[in-house]
Amino acid sequence: MDLNKRYTAQSWPDHPETATLEGKNKFVGFWLLLAAETITFASLFATYLALRDRGPSGMEFSSSGLFELPLVFAMTMILLTSSLTSVYAIHHMKNHNFKAMQAWLGITVLLGLTFLGLEIYEFNHYVHLGFGYTNSAFSAAFYTLVGTHGAHVLFGLCWFIALMVRNSKRGLNMYNAPKFYLAALYWHFIDVVWVFIFTVVYLMGAIS
Amino acid sequence: MMKGLTNWRLFALMTALLVFLAGCGREEISTLIPAGKVAQDQFNLLILSTAVMTFVIIAVSIIFVLAIVKFRRSKLGDDMIPEQVEGSAKLEFIWTAVPIVLLLILAVPTVYSTFDLADVTAMDSIDEEGNQENLTVNVTSYLYWWEFEYPEEGIVTAQELVVPTNERVYFNLISADIKHSFWIPSIGGKLDVNPENVNKFYLEFDKESALLDDGVYFGKCAELCGPSHALMDFKVKSVDREEFDQWVASMQEEVESPTDTTAQAGEAIFGPDGASCIGCHAVSGTGPAGMAGPNLATFGDRNRVAGFMEHTEENVKKWIQDPQQYKPGNLMPDGKSLNGGEEFTEEELDALAAYLMSLSVEE
Amino acid sequence: MSSLAQKKGVGAVIWDYMTTVDHKKIAILYLISGGFFFLIGGVEALLIRIQLMKAGNDFLSAGLYNEIITMHGTTMIFLASMPILLGFMNAIMPLQIGARDVAFPFLNSLGFWLFFFGGIFLNLSWFMGGAPDAGWTNYASLALASEGHGIDFYALGLTISGFGTLIGGINFLVTIINMRAPGMTYMRMPLFTWTTFVASALILLAFPPLTVGLFFMVFDRMFGANFFVVEMGGNTIIWEHLFWIFGHPEVYILILPAFGIFSEIFAIFSRKRLFGYTALVFATILIGFYGFMVWAHHMFTVGLGPTANAIFALATMIIAVPTGIKIFNWLLTIWGGSIKFSVPMVYAVAFIPSFVAGGVTGVMQAIAPLDYQLHDSYFIVAHFHYVIVGGVVLAILAGTHLYWPKMFGTMLSEKLGHITFWTFFIGFHMTFFIQHFLGLLGMPRRVYTFGADQGWDLFNAISSAGAAFMAIGVIVMLINIVITTVKNVRVGNDPWEDGRTLEWAIPSPPPFYNFAQTPLVRGLDTYWIEKMEGNKKGMVYAEPVGDIHMPNGSILPLIMSFGMFVASFGALYFQDDSKPWTLAVLIIGLAILFGAMLARSLKDDLGFYIKKEDLIEDAKRGGNTDGSK
Repeated sequence: MDLNKRYTAQSWPDHPETATLEGKNKFVGFWLLLAAETITFASLFATYLALRDRGPSGMEFSSSGLFELPLVFAMTMILLTSSLTSVYAIHHMKNHNFKAMQAWLGITVLLGLTFLGLEIYEFNHYVHLGFGYTNSAFSAAFYTLVGTHGAHVLFGLCWFIALMVRNSKRGLNMYNAPKFYLAALYWHFIDVVWVFIFTVVYLMGAIS
Repeated sequence: MMKGLTNWRLFALMTALLVFLAGCGREEISTLIPAGKVAQDQFNLLILSTAVMTFVIIAVSIIFVLAIVKFRRSKLGDDMIPEQVEGSAKLEFIWTAVPIVLLLILAVPTVYSTFDLADVTAMDSIDEEGNQENLTVNVTSYLYWWEFEYPEEGIVTAQELVVPTNERVYFNLISADIKHSFWIPSIGGKLDVNPENVNKFYLEFDKESALLDDGVYFGKCAELCGPSHALMDFKVKSVDREEFDQWVASMQEEVESPTDTTAQAGEAIFGPDGASCIGCHAVSGTGPAGMAGPNLATFGDRNRVAGFMEHTEENVKKWIQDPQQYKPGNLMPDGKSLNGGEEFTEEELDALAAYLMSLSVEE
Repeated sequence: MSSLAQKKGVGAVIWDYMTTVDHKKIAILYLISGGFFFLIGGVEALLIRIQLMKAGNDFLSAGLYNEIITMHGTTMIFLASMPILLGFMNAIMPLQIGARDVAFPFLNSLGFWLFFFGGIFLNLSWFMGGAPDAGWTNYASLALASEGHGIDFYALGLTISGFGTLIGGINFLVTIINMRAPGMTYMRMPLFTWTTFVASALILLAFPPLTVGLFFMVFDRMFGANFFVVEMGGNTIIWEHLFWIFGHPEVYILILPAFGIFSEIFAIFSRKRLFGYTALVFATILIGFYGFMVWAHHMFTVGLGPTANAIFALATMIIAVPTGIKIFNWLLTIWGGSIKFSVPMVYAVAFIPSFVAGGVTGVMQAIAPLDYQLHDSYFIVAHFHYVIVGGVVLAILAGTHLYWPKMFGTMLSEKLGHITFWTFFIGFHMTFFIQHFLGLLGMPRRVYTFGADQGWDLFNAISSAGAAFMAIGVIVMLINIVITTVKNVRVGNDPWEDGRTLEWAIPSPPPFYNFAQTPLVRGLDTYWIEKMEGNKKGMVYAEPVGDIHMPNGSILPLIMSFGMFVASFGALYFQDDSKPWTLAVLIIGLAILFGAMLARSLKDDLGFYIKKEDLIEDAKRGGNTDGSK
């Protein structure tokens, strides 16, 4: 395809992410990848539920008393907001408004970084309480599930930043539009997974 | 020429006979010669499913053979273009429906038997006097050996399970280290011995094992558990109830010291002032259970050394000197390290073997 | 610049294969490396049978034997059968749907190199302190107790190659969804494409649980986690569930493409349309669907309770129905046809009784109470070899003969092919039929030795003798390949003369752009339709001759895979105090991986165009340029 072709808001297609065969392939392929990711997280959730509160006899920590719910609630709100800002970004991508898209993506990245920072703080806090990764089956399951999500957040942030930097000078075209779209899709997926983590790990932990 | 032919015939006959005899295997271990209710039920399912499946195989074979005989191109000629048939809804229906019917025939006994063989509700039932109605054995698997504890009777043995015939015997299975699987092929199917949970099931023993060539049924570990998985055998003695009660009673008695002088010397080496074998191996039938090594109270009565070697003093001595050579990966130290860095002398080994062989509860 | 390259030197050819994104060349890479691992796995099988040929044999030590059975199973499943089938999928599926390449040529190459480095990593364990020894199922309590680094090689090696397979699966799915030629509706797709589609879906959904399980294993063994450490609250049954949620679909990932290959063969060599095409397609989908609901039948003896066992027993039995539908449809395909017994067809015909035998023993084992006896005995060994060798390996051998001319442009010798078939087939039944009885006589599987007093001597000797026949068959096959390659007699588009699908309408091997003009598909078995209507060109076109867009080759997939390979060594030795460099190696490896990924995403890769004039020029020369770029 021709990278030098100039688009206006009028000539820009309604669905730039699937306007080319490459875009269509990426679109379908990425949804399939998300299916595989879903199974991955389902396996992690199942393991977490099987190993919740399991540990050596006399284990100090359990899911009911450990978690910092106010902090986690704040993290949830931040990540949900970042999902919304990424929706705005894609809205502007579809309107061929590159600057607005970059701006909203920038906000999304900032929110994501805040989330990641808080998560690191949270983990650090638990470790200082003495709840380390090698303590028990429960701790391993907890850190692996939440940590895998955190790694996804990190990857998503790197992806956004790489796209923003790489395309900052040249604006939108048919080659990079699907990439922005998919990065945002990935971000939504991460957000949905977090909603499940918040429910299954933190809320159900607090109730039990 | 005729003679050669006769010889050949004789050979063929012998071979056929051999295959036939080998066909059902040995009574001590073959699932094809069931010696208890559980194995019998499973054998019946084997026969039923084989019959149904033979029917399927015959149906397929007939169509198959006819097709490849009738429709060869060498017969039909090179230029023949067959009619391009799309399919037939009627046929599709038939070969969907018939297998479903066949599977239903198998499904009913499958479900019934699955629940029947897992029914351990009677395990803890108590009679009017407060005694347990049924015999329960706690089986604990260790790397390459088996412990059998009879909690109600307060006795412990290892490697050779002793059970009464013609009654239901319940088992609690748990592993002390890694996963194993408890299997006595001619008595009933296997059940895994997991490290994290107790598995329960029952078996019945119809026949006294004394009537077998080897005098015992062969038990196996059926789950890969390391280098000596293949050698993690145990044996089963089934005796009638009276004999079993006698055996339990003599297990519960105090151990008497041997009278033979060699054996007495062996006892000294075995004890705390010698090589301290007793630190890991109890010699009393009352246990305790859960020691690092197998209980040796019935050692003299056993059918095998270490579960698989012929029961001779020679093998006992070999085993004590170098257990790793015979059962790689097992946890028993070799003779040298047991004896404070020096090899056991021939006399010491003789004494130990004599002592071990003298440990007996059978008359 | 002409994009149609000329004759090249050896170095250029090797570089070409290292950087290729052409699905046909990647197919050849899969076939060669899969074949190589198949030979290694075969040698391991022979060692097993030598050890077991008589009671109390001391040819192999106990520990070494366990390493060999583990590597035999792992190699044959992950490194031989699956890659070879992926090779056929790569070579044939895009041609069957009239596509110029797969959806993601770059990822296709990445998938291959990940598999390749994963396989090499796993096999390096032989030279670096010992191979894994906990069986291919790698049950957690034994795996955690295993000393040395064998299990670590297993966990990391399979993680790497598993990523490769997952990428391949997604790639095929997207290709089939998006890149079918005009007129190629789903219900006109050849059966091999259909089975590729369903098998890829199974890969997509089955590999993640395995990856998660392997990660738990890696974390437990290398980073001090406690997923499977019972004293620390862990649970080893979780591994069994994760492994079999993957493991059972894996069986269908292998057997469905085999079904696809045989479906093609039955139709071609009977000169007849597949009987009940629709039923075959739906049976394929059903088998894939049920494949996810029966995993616990591998765990009947674990103690999940009678309710779970009964449910999984019934669910397992149901799978016999769609499988039976397939068998009968194949029989009715050859019924009324004109059967030519070329080598592929001989394999296909032999497959039916072999696979039926494997299938019925499968139903027997679905009967949970009966399975308490059969499970982990030699009966199960016999059963799965009947399914895998009688199904998958026969399909691989048949597919090799069938597609060799399409992939390499020469025909394998029919005479040697028949010799291979008979020795292999007889050896196969001799080796494994008798093992059913060994199991019934009480012989557990995975035993390195057995006593002379158990009544198993004769049957084991027969079984070992059979293995020798199989080995001879494979050797003859290798000779066949060498002779054929040396003779190099070129063949035309449709060497079997009765080809029915699009791949037989284009040159052998096809030009690197596959179709100069995208074909228009007018029905099931398009090429057959055109032939019957007397269309000399073999297809009608959906477009005029025009410029063709092609992807650029790239070395990055190889570099990324190499990065993971390096990082794995860091993780492997992470717990060893004597090796302070592990963290550095881990970081360097990951840096290579992520650096290459970054390079990939920052550098635009827009591909190139083959000019219309070059295409016309190429068509004059026979239209099978092995182009590269």
